[in-house]
Amino acid sequence: MRAQSRERAKRMLGTAKTVTFLQLIFYVFATVLVGASLMVITVRNPVRAALFLVLAFFSAACLWLTLEAEFLAITLVLVYVGAVMVLFLFVIMMLDVNIAQMRAGFARYLPLGLIVALVMAGELTLVMLSGEFGLQQAPRPAGQPADYSNTRALGEVIYTDYVFVFELAALILLVAIISAISLTLRRRPQTRTQSPQKQIRVRKQDRLRVVRMPTSEKSKP
Amino acid sequence: MIPLSHYLVVGALLFAISVVGIFINRKNLVIILMAIELLLLAANMNFVAFSHYLGDLSGQVFVFFILTVAAAEAAVGLAILIVLFRTRRSINVQDLDSLQG
Repeated sequence: MRAQSRERAKRMLGTAKTVTFLQLIFYVFATVLVGASLMVITVRNPVRAALFLVLAFFSAACLWLTLEAEFLAITLVLVYVGAVMVLFLFVIMMLDVNIAQMRAGFARYLPLGLIVALVMAGELTLVMLSGEFGLQQAPRPAGQPADYSNTRALGEVIYTDYVFVFELAALILLVAIISAISLTLRRRPQTRTQSPQKQIRVRKQDRLRVVRMPTSEKSKP
Repeated sequence: MIPLSHYLVVGALLFAISVVGIFINRKNLVIILMAIELLLLAANMNFVAFSHYLGDLSGQVFVFFILTVAAAEAAVGLAILIVLFRTRRSINVQDLDSLQG
């Protein structure tokens, strides 16, 4: 019994000693990612939730860098942290909501949510740690050479095999632009606006009237 | 070395966390939208991990398209949220029952 535990401790020490720099980076960023996403769903203030979401996306981008997906990591930072999160922050600041009132049902749904999440995470983890996705089944590929460009390789795939899908994505973005603008466009009748077509169509006789006045004799010097 | 399963477990944890977020934040539609973003991020994490370990770039192309659709979804969702707040003065999910029969 004791020999077994000593053996296990030695093995753990042995594995602990061989932690590489990459593993250290992975575990640090994975911990930050999970912690930040926990804060996103539990924090009281929506602005803080958005900022924690920024942290989560940033650490996810760093994790993708360890997977040699450089283009997607940079895209995640640019598109999400740069654009979508700014959009979220704008909307949060435009909405004037009572924060304390928003938290009223927090404890009511917590047990059900926790049960569902624990079951789901347990099942997924069981499947993923079952040994089907270990290093024997899917060995980690060796790193690409230094002159390899992830952006170039991705572009070659996107513009040849996936070019039709790529154009569909552009169409989706166009639909999103038009729908977002038309949803939030507000016509207010009391505001003063110009009507260019009326201004162009106007003629001289609509606006100008020449009045012939008799001149009086008395005013003459 | 890091096995593939560790990346997948991170994705699974993210997925479960965002599902809890949808469950417990019933009063705040903004947080629900953020939880949906996290959910898509969890899916993307699996795609990127499989793409690297299987040596197939198609997974990364798929993540690219998911990012596009997620950005469009966030923009339209936030626009709907703003219209909702203008008309109902509330972003509580329980107040949004005017469509039920």
